[in-house]
Amino acid sequence: MSSPRTPDAGGHFGPYGGRYVPETLMAPLEELERAYYEARQDPAFQAELVDLLANYAGRPTPLYEAKRLSEQLGGARIFIKREDLLHTGAHKINNCLGQILLARRMGKRRIIAETGAGQHGVATATVCALFGLDCTVYMGDEDMRRQRLNVFRMRLLGAKVVAVHSGSKTLKDAVSEAMRDWVTNVDSTHYLLGSALGAHPYPMMVRDFHRCTGDEARRQMLERIGRLPDTIFACVGGGSNAIGIFTAFLDDAEVKLVGIEAGGRGAKLGQHAARLSGGRPGVLQGAYSYLLQDGDGQVSLTHSISAGLDYALIGPEHAYLHDQGRAEYLSARDDEALAAATRLARTEGIIPALESAHAVAEAIRQAPDAKGKVFLVNLSGRGDKDTDIYRENLPELDSPEG
Amino acid sequence: MESSQRIARRFAECKSAGRPALVAYLTAGDPSPERTPGLVLALERGGADILELGVPFSDPIADGPVIQEASDRALKAGTSVAKVLEIARAIRQRSEIPLVLFSYLNPLLSYGFSQLASDARESGIDGVLLTDVSVEEAGEPVSQLRAHGLDTIFLAAPTSTERRLKLVAEYSSGFVYVVSRTGVTGERSSLAANVEPLCTRLRALTDKPLAVGFGVSKREHVQALGEYADGAVVGSAIMRIVDGHPDAEIEARLEAFLADLTGGQP
Repeated sequence: MSSPRTPDAGGHFGPYGGRYVPETLMAPLEELERAYYEARQDPAFQAELVDLLANYAGRPTPLYEAKRLSEQLGGARIFIKREDLLHTGAHKINNCLGQILLARRMGKRRIIAETGAGQHGVATATVCALFGLDCTVYMGDEDMRRQRLNVFRMRLLGAKVVAVHSGSKTLKDAVSEAMRDWVTNVDSTHYLLGSALGAHPYPMMVRDFHRCTGDEARRQMLERIGRLPDTIFACVGGGSNAIGIFTAFLDDAEVKLVGIEAGGRGAKLGQHAARLSGGRPGVLQGAYSYLLQDGDGQVSLTHSISAGLDYALIGPEHAYLHDQGRAEYLSARDDEALAAATRLARTEGIIPALESAHAVAEAIRQAPDAKGKVFLVNLSGRGDKDTDIYRENLPELDSPEG
Repeated sequence: MESSQRIARRFAECKSAGRPALVAYLTAGDPSPERTPGLVLALERGGADILELGVPFSDPIADGPVIQEASDRALKAGTSVAKVLEIARAIRQRSEIPLVLFSYLNPLLSYGFSQLASDARESGIDGVLLTDVSVEEAGEPVSQLRAHGLDTIFLAAPTSTERRLKLVAEYSSGFVYVVSRTGVTGERSSLAANVEPLCTRLRALTDKPLAVGFGVSKREHVQALGEYADGAVVGSAIMRIVDGHPDAEIEARLEAFLADLTGGQP
């Protein structure tokens, strides 16, 4: 199999990816690509990033063996990569630190970002505070209502949060609004895109900034048990945490890679965000990949209990890995994610983000039939941000009597 | 198949008349697909030389609020690519105005480019402009569209490098759409200062007509552009009229607005 590790010069992973943006953004994307390639070769840039990842964000993150959960399920040994323990509570900070150093290098004084659940917005606000840069975060009006705590956190960190009222008032609309801001203010502004999505070089660059997760996990598995895992599970919205952990294992053909999309309430269009089973290739917000769309090429609304998986397009490298058969993509429904989260909380004392709970759900489903196998789950975020949604969905735990 | 030459001929006519071509943009299907042909004819009566028929899309990243909302209304009214082609056929039965399909890529990709090119030509469309397709990604669409005799129009932007402007000029036929400023579509009180230098840079690279859009909404804009460009594109101001008036008045308002823009009698 040809390695997709490096997209072609136009940013294509097979037929996917590329640059589908108005001409005004093409030269800025070329400039960003050039700056990124230079930075990647620059030892001083890399040293500063490694230092921040270690001493600010908290890398390396632990590799934890979930012994009670494994024992209960009676099959696979389950290991958990604890990205939830990073500063700001999710893997998002890896990419934000990389891009903020790049923005500073490019002389940009103003940062914009989109956010769905608010995790990327909080991580962006955090690195902007750290570097004293002006920060504007676009967030769907509906998401602002669902994630009030994160809106407050962003403001506390000094960011301006702009409500987006167009379309479905969720992540997709926040991305559109951020792109409109960028196209208007390209000279002064860096768009700190939060997932392995959008036009080249974003999918490649975001992947590279997250590959530390997989590099660490691979080393930790070898140190701990002297072998690689049999199967790796990661949730896939845009797909940044998944591509971050998958990349280090792409050449290990014996390691199965499983991405879990949001199965939402069921298989009907509009009720989920399972692009690889329910979508077909199309273009949204800069990239060509599997897209949930209607028969006329209009982008479908999506649903997931986790805002971070609630997006109509899958990152282009995942589309390529899917077509190549190198990774398998499954989905977990809202109720399965909730049940997995509760189980992880009760057996291991870890409350996961609802996004990450989708990966946990699939590992739980497969574990009983996998005696002698080793599973690795990327726990991309912690569940504090989801407390309100957990409360809504587990009312029996929220009565005064308890 | 040969190009219809409607676009080229119209630019040539305007040039000999010593005025810029007025390119009017209308989101197809707003307020309803049935109304669009009548609105187009009103624009033509008012003095529109070329008509850009906007295909509504759910996620119009290059558009400001006015055209975003027009797209939403058109989609709610059931406007699909097939419907837009029907609209084009209805216009073509009553008018020889050059028609440019103005679209984001995905609806056309979903329709299928080979089929689209053939059906568009058959419906009387003369050219296609894809808002979110860079010249780098345009190879396949352009070869299909050209094979069916359709002009392909690309955007040139103030941020475009010399290398990119060359590619844009090379890939464009009919005319080059010059984006007057960094930003999204929408009305502005004044023209951007850097649009004239951008046109000068393009003149050095191509003989193709240059039409300037984004932020063009007033007669004085059109007059000023006439000094260095071959055409002016007006869109958001038109869609604001479509949205802002009682249904029965829209045609008359559009005709009067175009007459004012082009200096004719309202």
